Amino acid sequence: MDTGNLTWVLVSGALVLFMTPGLAFFYGGMVRSKNVLNMLMMNFWCVLVVPILWVLVGYSLSFSGSGTWLGNFDKAFGRGFDFAGSMEPAVMIFLATFAAITPALISGAVADRMRFAAWAVFVPIWSLLVYVPVTYWVFAPNGFLKDRGSLDFAGGTAIHVNAGIAALAVILVLGKRKGWPTEGAPPHSMPLVMLGTGILWFGWFGFNAGSELAADGVAVQAFINTFLAAAAGGLFWALTERIRDGHFTNLGVASGIVAGLVGITPACGFVTTLSSIAIGAIAGIVCAFAVGLKTKLGYDDALDVIGVHLVGGLVGSILIGFFADPAALGYEAGTGVNPETGLLMAEQGLFFGGGAGLLVEQLLANVMAMVYSFVVTFVIIKVLDATMKIRVSHDVEAEGLDLNEHAETAYNMSERAMGRTN
Amino acid sequence: MKLVTAIIKPFKLDDVKVALKGIGVEGMTVSEVQGFGRQGGHVETYRGAEYQIDFVPKVRVEAVVADADAERVAQAIVDAARTDKIGDGKVWITAVESLVRIRTGERGDDAV
Repeated sequence: MDTGNLTWVLVSGALVLFMTPGLAFFYGGMVRSKNVLNMLMMNFWCVLVVPILWVLVGYSLSFSGSGTWLGNFDKAFGRGFDFAGSMEPAVMIFLATFAAITPALISGAVADRMRFAAWAVFVPIWSLLVYVPVTYWVFAPNGFLKDRGSLDFAGGTAIHVNAGIAALAVILVLGKRKGWPTEGAPPHSMPLVMLGTGILWFGWFGFNAGSELAADGVAVQAFINTFLAAAAGGLFWALTERIRDGHFTNLGVASGIVAGLVGITPACGFVTTLSSIAIGAIAGIVCAFAVGLKTKLGYDDALDVIGVHLVGGLVGSILIGFFADPAALGYEAGTGVNPETGLLMAEQGLFFGGGAGLLVEQLLANVMAMVYSFVVTFVIIKVLDATMKIRVSHDVEAEGLDLNEHAETAYNMSERAMGRTN
Repeated sequence: MKLVTAIIKPFKLDDVKVALKGIGVEGMTVSEVQGFGRQGGHVETYRGAEYQIDFVPKVRVEAVVADADAERVAQAIVDAARTDKIGDGKVWITAVESLVRIRTGERGDDAV
């Protein structure tokens, strides 16, 4: 076992774990001050529930075995690992952090109005019924989308597109926030949003470069690409806003950085440095316009999970079909297999001497993932709505979820008289 | 001139603002305040310790209006802020002795 590879995977696991609190602050700053604790809790809940589920059955069903559609139980309950001789247990726990952040992404869409109890139940059910099978199709050696030759380096299709389309299914059942879109709900703390963005960017190095599962040249390329695509995404979103709306805004920069990161996620291990700048820039510009769709089409995606994660993930995933250049990255010629890990297959994109085959596979993989995720998520949330009610009452929504769902408030600006009563 | 002052639930501020603009009130001042009336406060819980919070967040709306408009403005606030639940707040009217618009020096009703 290569200790360099092992070290990088473990460090990357810690980096990716840090992304969920980062996402919590990114979203938390964007909601109103009466709902910020609810937003933080929705995100932290994912880190409590999903990794345990992942170790018990999630990982095994997502990666074990050689079936086309789903894994088996050979690695369930933490058994069946060779700790002394194999990287697998490190990879397993590294991937637990991916499983945790994926449902957390959906929390931004349901902000300000979902019962916490319903969220608490939704997260593990969604992880098992949607995240696990889609992950198997996209990443497992014999998964049907991977087997066809579609590419997803770190989770564009399996994570961002998957969570983004699921968010749409959830909010179509959950409904719009009271007063949306006529009453504004501006961010209560832009500094928190910027802090969360910085944490996300930092953690994303583990997400993308860690997904190589080795400390090698492809990991370095993915690291560089992650850095530059985020910068280009933030830059071009900000420029878009400057030209369209007149100002450079902090929220535009933050959103652009995340859009660039989402866009490069599926592509980061298959494209070269200059391509990563182009992908980040395109993701930033496209998402800057995509977030306006919700008001035109009338779905209340509160914090733009669809506009940034679904659209950004699709942009990055489809651009692989144009920009993929695995030959330049040292993959074994002809076979498209990384000689060091033997893990990834890759074809050249349209701009680098390939045909349209890869592009077609990318489109097909994302359509399949979207159809499955949307339908199953819709059924899950419908069943939850019928059995336990998924939305808070009008009064609770008006007064705020922090106090009513959690019996806490975020900001005690003055020293109010707080008499203890028990 | 009269000063119309209202204490309302924070989430009703937008409704009140729209209502007042709708009847021609041209300006108002709002402040975030804390207090309690018959509603009392609420309970927050930290590590199992329950705390009675007596002073709950409210919004105070103030507008100086002409004598003839005062009752109408107060009624508009009442209509817009009412939820029929305890804690909706209060509206009161007080007399204003004099009023000056700082930029122009206009006084009295001209400064409203």
